[in-house]
Parts: sequence; C-alpha cells; structure tokens
Amino acid sequence: MLRAAGRRFLRLGSEHRAPTAAVAARAYHERVVDHYDNPRNVGSFDKNDPTVGTGLVGAPACGDVMKLQIKVDDATGKIVDACFKTFGCGSAIASSSVATEWVKGKHMEEVLSIKNTEIAKHLSLPPVKLHCSMLAEDAIKAAVKDYEAKKAKLEAGNAETTQTEKVDGA
Amino acid sequence: MATAAAFRLLRRALNPAVARRRFSTAAVAAETPPSPLPLATGEEEAGMVSMKGVRISGRPLYLDMQATTPVDPRVLDAMLPFYLSRFGNPHSRTHLYGWESESAVEAARASVAALVAADPKEIFFTSGATESNNISVKGLMRFHRARKRHVITTQTEHKCVLDSCRHLQQEGFEITYLPVRPDGLVDLGHLADAIRPDTGLVSVMAVNNEIGVVQPLEEIGRICSEKGVVFHTDAAQALGKIPIDVEKMGIGLMSLSGHKIYGPKGVGALYVRRRPRVRIEPQMNGGGQERGIRSGTVPTPLVVGMGAACEIAMKDMDYDGRRISTLQERLLNGIRDKLDGVVVNGSLEHRYPGNLNLSFAYVEGESLLMGLKEVAVSSGSACTSASLEPSYVLRALGVDEDMAHTSIRFGIGRFTTEAEVDKAIELTVRQVEKLREMSPLYEMVKEGIDIKSIQWAQH
Repeated sequence: MLRAAGRRFLRLGSEHRAPTAAVAARAYHERVVDHYDNPRNVGSFDKNDPTVGTGLVGAPACGDVMKLQIKVDDATGKIVDACFKTFGCGSAIASSSVATEWVKGKHMEEVLSIKNTEIAKHLSLPPVKLHCSMLAEDAIKAAVKDYEAKKAKLEAGNAETTQTEKVDGA
Repeated sequence: MATAAAFRLLRRALNPAVARRRFSTAAVAAETPPSPLPLATGEEEAGMVSMKGVRISGRPLYLDMQATTPVDPRVLDAMLPFYLSRFGNPHSRTHLYGWESESAVEAARASVAALVAADPKEIFFTSGATESNNISVKGLMRFHRARKRHVITTQTEHKCVLDSCRHLQQEGFEITYLPVRPDGLVDLGHLADAIRPDTGLVSVMAVNNEIGVVQPLEEIGRICSEKGVVFHTDAAQALGKIPIDVEKMGIGLMSLSGHKIYGPKGVGALYVRRRPRVRIEPQMNGGGQERGIRSGTVPTPLVVGMGAACEIAMKDMDYDGRRISTLQERLLNGIRDKLDGVVVNGSLEHRYPGNLNLSFAYVEGESLLMGLKEVAVSSGSACTSASLEPSYVLRALGVDEDMAHTSIRFGIGRFTTEAEVDKAIELTVRQVEKLREMSPLYEMVKEGIDIKSIQWAQH
C-alpha cells in the first residue's frame, strides 16, 4: 500500500516536472544492454570452409566494423549457424547480435529481405544510432554474397575438372 | 479553537494534493529517486540503482574528476551560514547584512588571489570559467578592435574559447589555430612565428581537460611579453593542482573555475593584470558591480565556497599532488600489467597526474563505457558525442582514427582511494578482454593481418 502511494506520488511529481526529463540524451534500451551483457553467437567459423559465407563491413575510421559469418547447408540453402564479431558501440554490437539470431534457420533469399528498420525497431535505436542497424543489414547481405561467390567459384572449378576428366576419358 | 487549527494542519499535511503544492518543481525533481523505468516486483533490493536501461548495484565509483569534483565538506561548512543567516546582498551599503556579506566576498577574493600570487584587486568573480573565457577573448579584442585584429590560440583549447574565437571571426577578426605536437604540447617556435604586429591575444590553456597535458606557461609568457601581446590562459583544470604564479608566468588574463577544485558549481573568477593594465570591454552590463567588469549581484555563498576551496588547495596542493601521482602510477601499471595495446594520449612527463587518458587498441570507446557502468569515466569517442566525429583534441594530437575511437579518460582526485583504483583496474581489464574477444580487428591482428593495409568498404 505504501509502495502504491509512493508510486502515485512519483507519478504526480513527474506530471509537475517540466518535460525536460523526456529529452534525455541517450537511453539504452534494455534489449541493447542485454545483448551487450550476454552476447549471442560471438565467434568465428573457418573462413576457408566452403559452406561458410563471411561478410566484413564498415571501417575503423568510422568506429564500426562488423564481421558476420553464416554456415549454409548446401543441399537446402538454409542457414544452419551464424556468428559475429564487432568493433563498435553497444548499439552496433546489439544490432549484429540480433542479426545472427534472426538469420539462423532461414533461407538465404529470406534473410536478404531483413531490413535495418526492423532491427532498429526491435532494439529501439535512437536516430543517431540508425547507421548501426544499416551496417548489420549490409553485413548479412555481404555474407550471403560471399557464400554465393564461393559456391560459384567452386562450381566453375568442378566444371573444369569434369571437362578435363571427359577429355582424358574419351 | 486550537484543536480546529490542529485538525486543519493535520488535514493539510495528509492531503497529498496540498503537500505537492508546497514544493517547487526543482525540489520535487530532487526528491524523487532516479527510477523512470517501472521496477518489476521483487526488484526493489537495497542499493540497486536503475537508470536509462542500466541497472547497477549501487552508485558507480567516481573517476571523472575533470568533468566536476565533489564539494569538499570543509567548503560546504564555510558556505552554509551565507545561505541561512548571513544572506545579505554584498552590494547593500546601508545595513549589517550587506556589510558582512561584502567582507566575506573580499576575504574570498584575497584567498583566490593568494593561490595565484596576484593582488586581490585583480580578481573578478564570474559565473564560471566559460564566462571568464568569453570575457577574456571577446572583451579584450573588442576593446582593442581598432588596432588589434588577430588572435592566436591552439587546436586543443576548450570549446568555449574556440567558439568565442569563431564568433570573433564573424566580426571580422583573424584567428590562428596553432597545431600541437603529438605529445599535446604547443611548439614555441611556431607560436613566436605566428605573432604579428596586430596580434592582440594569445590564448593557451594551462592544463588540458581531455588529455591532462601541462603547457610550458613560463616560456609562453616570456615570448608574449617580449612581443608585447597579452597572454590569456584557461586555468580551470590547473588551479590548485599545479603551482601558478602570474608574475613568473607573465599571465595577463586567466580564467578560473570553482567546481574543478572541490568548490561549488556556478562560480568562477577572472584574473586581469593591473601592471601593465589589461583593458577589457565588459560583456555583462548593469549596475557596475565588480568594478564595472562584470555586473550582477555577486553570489556570496558561492564566492565564499570558491575562496574556501582555494585556501584548502593552497594547503593541500603538495600532499594531494603526491598522493594522486601514486594513484595514477598504480592505475597505469595495474592496467598495463594485464593488457597490451594500451596507449597513453598526450605527454606522460608534462602532465597533471590526476588525468589519465588511455586508448585501448581494437576496442571501441562507447562499448567499453557501456561495460564500465560501475565506474564513472568519460571517453573521447565519436559515439559519445552528438556527431560521429571523434574528439577534436585527440585528432589534433594526430592519433590514428581507429585509436581515436577507443579512448577513455580516468580522473583521479583528492577523495579517490586505492580500493577505487584497484576496482577500476579490475573492471577495465575484464571489459577490454571481453570486447577484444568480440573484436574482428583483434582477431585479424592475431592472425598477422595488417589492419592498415585493408581496403574498407565504407558506406
């Protein structure tokens, strides 16, 4: 009962207060802090593994570098695992962590449609931090592109070897 | 009758609406504890503080002494009577309240003057070092606008000096922003070369607020007096910490701040030399208080506080200096013992020991600050400023861009304890290691890749 009365007093107090409190400089959303304290999927896969796509985006000069890696099941085209490493502020770390969570278990085409605005909304990023979510979206796309480039190179290589085999066999 | 009155009083006291009305908004804001997030049930543990999405077990350790300092209890003792009983306006000439207030202000003025080896007639009280800087730069140049059109300052000055200079540029003056060496010190040769016949002012801060570097004031003062230019120094971070002598250092104008030396916020002082007389145009017009230099009622309690802080600083400067040096070594060695890739920004020899600005390679500043929520420190990283640019002071030092994002400033003061320093070391090391685990740059360096050789895909 006392807590309720206290809460009422607090709420009444805040009504009286001029809206200066609402214009606070930077408030971390709980989710951002959570991703920072308990980061999901931090790590590295082997870059040379043909089932792994690596996306490296950003620049140290801007203060943000993200490396996002996806492990793809060749047969189904689904992403079975993802991990990340980020040099950047709390919002950048949280954005890339969320990105790795969201890509797991999805098809490669599906993840290309993940938009930075969705990440930003999930983390309640303030306008000044929107570029962090943009970088996460870029990282996903770069990882997928890298995997597909690797696959294409491998297939080109296989095609060459089968050609030479045919020539030998003939 | 009495019971009716008592009943009325009781009803007023118990009625929340009336109780509310008795407090001003400031008092209400001060009374409610900081907890804008709704607390979940069972979370009201003793000492838990929740603010801006961050929950910590109690108030953080304070290691940000360059931002502000706690008021020394001895200073508060000196101030309180002037709020409660001796509350007169020092400019009231007709009664005891005014006379005692004025005499307290003059005593404080003498204390401030003694700390910098000046005459009390040369000290004027203002609202802070920012105002003193404004008066020095704009007031001096506007007075001499006919003959002096040029100002020299450095790229690492405080924002208020740089902004005042920029304002003067709009009025048609010319400003030279001198670069500094990588250790943060001004090049005396460049300074001497930059002085022209129409130079009216050289402004170089004594101790830099971000990197703690101490400029060679005596040499600069000598160059300025040889060339007949007024030397202004922003000594907000220097007062009471390094010895200042306006005669030996040839200082013509000096800005001082109260809340950097364990005094109250909202008060500062301006030193204006009398022999040879430095003329300035007042920037606050009014009843002519402070010899016409700065109109406005002098806030006696704040000024008394500043005077008390200066007296204490005079007595404790040596002891504090030695103690803080030891703590700084403890902090630096403690961190360096456990981490590699730690760079000190700015000269380590010409430095005020209470300011330690470190860069941790491959770790970004704001993310480190987010993890150091139990230590109150500050950073020179882009993310912590409103723009995405790293601190201009670090850039002026020529720090590599990737290192400019990773700096943390530790501020040690009179009340910092060894336990606080040890805890800060432990927390910093832990967070840096955790973030380096998460850092792709650290991974690349460990694999032997040279980061500088990579072509980054910026967007």
